[in-house]
Amino acid sequence: MMKFVISKAAVLALIVSAVPALAGNMEPASVRNCTWCHGASAQGYAPAPRLAGQRPRYTESQILSFRKHTRDNPFSKQFMWGAVANLSPSTAHYLAVYFSKQLPKAANDGDQGLATAGKTLFEDGDPASNTVSCAVCHGPNAQGIGEIPRLGGLSYYYLKRKLTQWGEGYHSAAKAPMPRIASKLSSNEIEALASYLSFVK
Amino acid sequence: MKVSSLRLALPTAILAIVFAATGRADDTRTADFSRQGLQAKIEYCTTCHGILGQGYHGFYPIPRLAGQQTEYIENQLQAFIEHRRENRYMYSVAHVLSPTMRTALAKHFSKLNPRPLGGAPKGLMAAGKKIYEDGIPETNVPACMACHGAEAKGQEAIPRLAGQLNDYIVNKLANWNKERGQIPSRPDISAIMLPTSHNLTKAQVAAVAAYVGRLQ
Repeated sequence: MMKFVISKAAVLALIVSAVPALAGNMEPASVRNCTWCHGASAQGYAPAPRLAGQRPRYTESQILSFRKHTRDNPFSKQFMWGAVANLSPSTAHYLAVYFSKQLPKAANDGDQGLATAGKTLFEDGDPASNTVSCAVCHGPNAQGIGEIPRLGGLSYYYLKRKLTQWGEGYHSAAKAPMPRIASKLSSNEIEALASYLSFVK
Repeated sequence: MKVSSLRLALPTAILAIVFAATGRADDTRTADFSRQGLQAKIEYCTTCHGILGQGYHGFYPIPRLAGQQTEYIENQLQAFIEHRRENRYMYSVAHVLSPTMRTALAKHFSKLNPRPLGGAPKGLMAAGKKIYEDGIPETNVPACMACHGAEAKGQEAIPRLAGQLNDYIVNKLANWNKERGQIPSRPDISAIMLPTSHNLTKAQVAAVAAYVGRLQ
């Protein structure tokens, strides 16, 4: 028993002393705190979206948004408000850059039958119903830029939930145009967009 | 004296006719859209071009429409539809707009006057101003001011540049021959800029774009 305690303490001591030196090649604690929910390789898991390959300025802006309670949908309140409460700005920046460098994999979990309709809507919008093209801001391959997120390959369930929640009055960022755009989308259009995007590499 | 009053009289007469004509158009309701229809379309435009038409940095720089010349906007919408100006997004937007709607939208945006979006590097202002006002005679670059005006407000079919997103201008000048005047059998006014777009170096384009981007 004593032996066990000592060895455990020894291991802990080793870990603690090693952490600063490990920042370059091993996950620090701050990363581990994200990957519990966002998946070991940050590919997303259940309600938590993929972080791998996300635009770093977007991730950073969202951390700030959780912190200010601007991003206010139920999962954000339940999980993310607390998760970011003690993150320093420099750690937030470090995490955003760290995850942006992880290779993203497509979720491929949408309805394949709706992908073509979703692609058309993503690229050209629907001028008859005054729906704008998503590609103009998110990029022709949904790769994102700056504070505008990469959407390609995110989970169908996450995309559908986000697009629906804007229409229900939830927010992501203070001045973002998405609530205005998404609140006009029909549930069929949301299904098609979320399906298409889940397959984009 | 007589000559100068005649000079004034002609444009005044033309103006009077133009105003009379638009007045009549409104009265007889030749517009093929409702007030709500126009409002919805304006909101559609401003989703990308900014609430006040000030422009927006999306994946592509989305140009400022505020204060733009009505005739220029109408011409460009027509050019998108005819594929003289190549842009798949704006083709999609423009091809469903009736001519009267295009005119109404152009008029709406021409009257807005928000502050420039900004973001252009300050260090290039002096070099940009020099090119804008004097041109570069050695490389056959005319003074931009000659057509776009001393304040870069443009005139008729010649666009306003004041307050335009500098990266939009850089992008357009770099791709002029790939985007504008794309039907050789039907040359348009965009041909005027073609030699200039070739003759300007990247650094010179960046300087002019930075200068006009900061003009109010």
